[in-house]
Amino acid sequence: MYVAVKGGEAAILHSYRLLAQQRRGDAAVPELSVAQIRQQMKLAVDRVMAEGSLYDPELAALAIKQACGDLVEAIFLLRAYRATLPRLGCTLALRTEAMALARRISATFKDLPGGQILGPTYDYTQRLLDFSLLAAATEPPPTAAGPTLPPEQSTPRVVDLLNQEGLIERCPPPEGDPEPMDLTREPLRFPADRATRLQNLARGDEGYLLAMAYSTQRGYSHTHPFVGEIRFGTVAVELAPEELDFTLSIGDIELTECEMVNQFVGSPSEPPQFTRGYGLAFGHSERKAMAMSLVDRSLRASELGEAVQSPAQMQEFVLSHSDSLEASGFVQHLKLPHYVDFQSELDLVRRLRAEAQAQSQAAPPPSAATPPSPKAQP
Amino acid sequence: MNAPTLGTVLHAPTSASETAASVNFAYLDERSKRMIRRALLKAVAIPGYQVPFGSREMPLPYGWGTGGIQVTAAVIGPNDTLKVIDQGSDDTVNAVNIRRFFQRTAGVPITTQTRAATLIQTRHRIPETPLREGQILVYQVPVPEPLQRLEPRETETRTLHALAEYGLMHVKLYEDIARHGHIATTYDYPVMVNDRYLMSPSPIPKFDNPKLHLNPALQLFGAGREKRIYAVPPYTKVESLSFDDHPFEVQRWEATCALCGATDSFLDEVIIDDQGTRQHTCSDSDHCQQRRDAPSAGAA
Repeated sequence: MYVAVKGGEAAILHSYRLLAQQRRGDAAVPELSVAQIRQQMKLAVDRVMAEGSLYDPELAALAIKQACGDLVEAIFLLRAYRATLPRLGCTLALRTEAMALARRISATFKDLPGGQILGPTYDYTQRLLDFSLLAAATEPPPTAAGPTLPPEQSTPRVVDLLNQEGLIERCPPPEGDPEPMDLTREPLRFPADRATRLQNLARGDEGYLLAMAYSTQRGYSHTHPFVGEIRFGTVAVELAPEELDFTLSIGDIELTECEMVNQFVGSPSEPPQFTRGYGLAFGHSERKAMAMSLVDRSLRASELGEAVQSPAQMQEFVLSHSDSLEASGFVQHLKLPHYVDFQSELDLVRRLRAEAQAQSQAAPPPSAATPPSPKAQP
Repeated sequence: MNAPTLGTVLHAPTSASETAASVNFAYLDERSKRMIRRALLKAVAIPGYQVPFGSREMPLPYGWGTGGIQVTAAVIGPNDTLKVIDQGSDDTVNAVNIRRFFQRTAGVPITTQTRAATLIQTRHRIPETPLREGQILVYQVPVPEPLQRLEPRETETRTLHALAEYGLMHVKLYEDIARHGHIATTYDYPVMVNDRYLMSPSPIPKFDNPKLHLNPALQLFGAGREKRIYAVPPYTKVESLSFDDHPFEVQRWEATCALCGATDSFLDEVIIDDQGTRQHTCSDSDHCQQRRDAPSAGAA
C-alpha cells in the first residue's frame, strides 16, 4: 500500500532543529557573537547591507550568523525584514564630495587636489596565507595613521575637476529633480530611467554585476573605461522635514563610490567627450561599485546613440536578472514538487515514443501532417 | 474578503519554539494590502490582463508562492477558512509551510476539505470538487506572461497584448501539430480569457483547463517574483487555444485510482518497487479522501 507524503509538518520542524545544529557546529568551540561578526567580518556585513538595501550593521551581522555565513541567504533575511518597515521619507541627495575619506584613488591622474589616499585595501597585499592567524591572536595589530585630511574639508570629485575643460559630460539634476521611484514599492517597468536602473544595480548581486561588467571588457560592448575615482569613507545622511526650515543629520553611513570615465567618440547628438558610469554601494565594496559603474555605462547605450548588441547593454536582460533573491528563489523552486507537471510530461513522452515507433514500422515515412486551419480569433 | 479595518494589529498565535514578535494580521501591513487590493480590483475589472503591482519581499523565497501568499494575505479575513494545496495535495511540504505561515500570522481556521474552504491557495492544480459562488481560488504563478518563452522582452509582449496580437502562440501550437501531429503542451496550456487576453493558467495540467471556464468562484492569480496580478471573475469565458481540426483535449488515463477507484480525476503515478511497478492515485488528496469516506466508495 502506497503511503502518501504525509507528515510534512513534523519533517519541517525537525529540519529546523538539524539546521540549528549545523549552524552551531561543534559545541566545544565558543559560539560567534553578532558583535564579533560585525567587527571582524566587516566586508561580509557590508555586502549584506548593500544588497539587502538596509544600512544596519548589527542586523546584517545577525543575518549572517543566522544564515550560517551564506551571504545570499543573509541578504534574503534582511530584505524580508526590511519589507515590513514603514517608509518614512526621502533624504536629501548625499554629498559624497564632503565624504570623510578613508580611501580615495584615481587612475586617470598621478596627483590631484586632495591627493591619493591608499587606505585599507587588499590591492597590494601579496596573497599568501598568513599562518600566524591560525594561532589565537593575542594582541591587536598596531594602529595605522589615518588620512590627514581635516574631516570637514570637502574633496572635489575628479570628474568635476576634469569638467573645467568641458571634456566630460555633465549630468546636472533636471529642473525640479523628481523624487526617484522606489523599486522596493513599485514594480520595475521598461524602459527604466537611469535612477531606477541604478537602484536596481545597487541591490543587484555582486557576482552577477561582476560578470556583466567583465563581459563589457571582453568585446561584448566595449566601453574604454578608466577609473576616474574610487572613494570610500563616511557621509552624513540628511533629512529636510517639511515642518522645519533647516536640515537634520540623522547619522553617518559608510559608502564606496566609483566614477568610471569612458571615452566616447561622439554621435549625431553628442560631441566627442568622456562619458560617465556611476557606482555606489553601502560600506566598503569596491568590486561591486566598479562593476556597477561599468554596467551603468553600458546600459546608457541607446541614450548615447550606440548600437544595442550585447547582453550588458540590454536593460531588460540586465535588470530582470540582477536580483539574487529573485534568481535564487526561482532557480531553487525547482526543488519543489512538480509531480503533476511531470506526470503530464511523462504521458506526452510515452505518447510521442509510441507514435515514433509506429511510424518507423510503417515505411515509407508519411509526409507532414496536413496543415491545420487556425480558428478565427478576434 | 472580510479583511479587518486599517490598523488592526493582531498577535500571531505562537508556540514556544516560534517567533514571539507580533506581526500584523496575515503578515502584510495594511498599506501594502491596500496596494494589492487595488491591483486585484483592476485585475477583476479586466479579466486576464496582467496588472503590475509592488510585490513585497516575503519571508518565503520568490518562486515558492510569494505571489499567491500576497494575494491571500490581501483578501483573507478572520472569518475565512483556508485550504492550501500543492500538486493537489494538502500534505506536500510547501503546502504545509504556507498553511503554517497563515496559521501563525492570521490564526484563521484551516481545512483540507474543498467544500469547507472559503479561500483556497493552490499551486499547479484546480480541485476536482466543483467550486461554488463566494469561494476564492488563489493561484501561485511562476511565469505570468504566456508569451515569455516566445518573446522574452516585456516591452514587446506588452504591445502584443495591447494589440491582441497572438499569432506567435498560434504559430507555436501549429508547429507542434506539424511536427508531432498534436499540440505538445501538457501543462500551463494557454487560454483566451473573455475573448480578449491570452493568459497563462499557471502550470496546472491542461486536464484542469476546462474548470477555469464559467467557474462560479473568483479566481485570482499572483506572481510575486514577476510582480504581476491577474484574475478571472466568476462566470467568465475561458477558452483553451485550439484549431478547428485539432480541438482541445484533456489527458485520460487507462488506470483508475488505486485508493478510491476514481476514473475521472487527475492521477499521479508512483513507483512502488525496485522493478518500477507503477500505481496511480488521485493527485487531489481531498477528493480521494471524500470518495473513500463516502458510503458508496469504490462503486466506480
